[in-house]
Amino acid sequence: MAAATSPPRPAFVADVLGRSDYAIISELVAPGSRVLDLGCGEGELLAWLALNKNVDARGVEISGARVQKAITRGVSVYQGDALESLLDYPDKAFDYVILSQTLQETREPLRVLREMLRVGRECIVAFPNFGHWTVRLAHLFTGRSPRTRLFPYSWYDSPNIHFLTITDFVTLAREEGWRLERSIFLAGRRRVGILPNLLAEVAVFLFRAG
Amino acid sequence: MISETKIVHFDSLRLDSGEELAPVQVAYETWGELNAARSNAILIVHAFSGDAHAAGVSAETGQTGWWDNMIGPGKAFDTDKYFVLCTNCLGGCRGTTGPSSTDPATGAPYAMKFPVITVADMVRLQKKVIDHLGIRRLLAISGGSMGGMQVLQWAVAYPEAVACAIPIATTARHSAQQIAFNEVGRQAIMADPEWCEGNYYGKTRPARGLAVARMVGHITYMSDDSMREKFGRRLRGKEEFGFDFSAEFEVESYLRYRGSQFVDRFDANSYLYITKAMDYFDLTLGQPSLAAALRPATARFLLISFTSDWLYPSYQSLEIVRALRSLNRDVAYCELPSNYGHDAFLVDVAEQTDIVRGYLASTYREAAA
Repeated sequence: MAAATSPPRPAFVADVLGRSDYAIISELVAPGSRVLDLGCGEGELLAWLALNKNVDARGVEISGARVQKAITRGVSVYQGDALESLLDYPDKAFDYVILSQTLQETREPLRVLREMLRVGRECIVAFPNFGHWTVRLAHLFTGRSPRTRLFPYSWYDSPNIHFLTITDFVTLAREEGWRLERSIFLAGRRRVGILPNLLAEVAVFLFRAG
Repeated sequence: MISETKIVHFDSLRLDSGEELAPVQVAYETWGELNAARSNAILIVHAFSGDAHAAGVSAETGQTGWWDNMIGPGKAFDTDKYFVLCTNCLGGCRGTTGPSSTDPATGAPYAMKFPVITVADMVRLQKKVIDHLGIRRLLAISGGSMGGMQVLQWAVAYPEAVACAIPIATTARHSAQQIAFNEVGRQAIMADPEWCEGNYYGKTRPARGLAVARMVGHITYMSDDSMREKFGRRLRGKEEFGFDFSAEFEVESYLRYRGSQFVDRFDANSYLYITKAMDYFDLTLGQPSLAAALRPATARFLLISFTSDWLYPSYQSLEIVRALRSLNRDVAYCELPSNYGHDAFLVDVAEQTDIVRGYLASTYREAAA
């Protein structure tokens, strides 16, 4: 079964899953680990991890229609609220708790992050960077809520209720005493090395309690 | 798909009440082929009034099985891949030993001398059938309503024998409301003068009491929406009120028809015994919590509930999900949208089919790996 557990190629994962943050996350997760994905959508990432990395995969998703699709894929997903689900779990029930691209949509994000760190040995978050230069310029020049490729919504139909930047997250991590073990910044499928808060569209952090 | 009822006999069965039932027989049907490793067996567990004839066309009666839309080639429980079986439950009247069976001590039907049984007793008897067939571990066990209670009991009582548990529209303990409806049904039967303390065999059966019990049951299986859709206030075969007490409304005539139909296929004493077993069902009995009760269970769980089911509401499934989560067990849960009330698991099966099929396939893949 060597083929099933060998590290996947990020580009390939991005092609299969259609999302660059999934590619990074699939790299970060160790084979054979226990993973909880909060807001797992239709379970694409979990199904991929279960099949290719022999991961014990669980997910939480609020949308019933997406839960149906995820279970149809054979992934153990339950319909419900992320925070409520986290509260049920014993300490360190998982090796990784993942929150990808929904931190900006999550109510009580700090409480959710603290619960993630209680339930998981390590946590992975991915979120769109509201500090990206296109967002800053759009806001500066239009004087309106920014609409960009990354944030295509009008203020009234946006699922985003928090507008956090990479610097915001790093600051919070320092205040809370979290250990940032990996910080990966993306623009499209490219990695961003310098000035991430200005140049990165998406950030992925692997971190644990200090 | 033609199916035949088979019978298997056992010397005795120990019951929760402390009594021993001897001898015991079980009626069962099977579909598909058991593979060489005996690793593809799925046990289907029927609800209160079901029987072993879950799928296909009965060789004896020509009738289609009660879950035929879920069991068969290419269906959710795919008989091209899996060996599927269903037994009539203990206390039933469709081939398995129950109150209408002959008491060897007297040569007459047990009637009310039949011992009071529990859901755990039903499961203990099913385990004998599985052992008899040489199946050590079931790929899955699934059922709705009372079937779901047996699924939970199986997962706790025989954890090594269940890879995947799929309880649908069910509860870990019967609520006061559920007990109340069952009691109305029982009282309707016992108030029928033909019931004769249960000794009606060979005489006139308590058909009116049993029919009323079934009418009440049917109301609880539907929803306000599904009844409005199906019947509304429509009158049957007339435009105006007759100012009498005949079955004027469509809904009245439907309930009367269902009630009278039920009398032909169900035994009134079985109704009493099986509803009592459901009312006794409480996985948490003698346990500090539901989580403590579920601790022995190691199976993967897939729970399904339905939005309009007010008899076994979603909160009862969620209670089980939360307890399993606190134990960090592998559990999937979905509340499916349906207007059909509790009956949804029997009639509204398109989405249920998708998720059961997918979940079974991944369990089978893992079991084989």
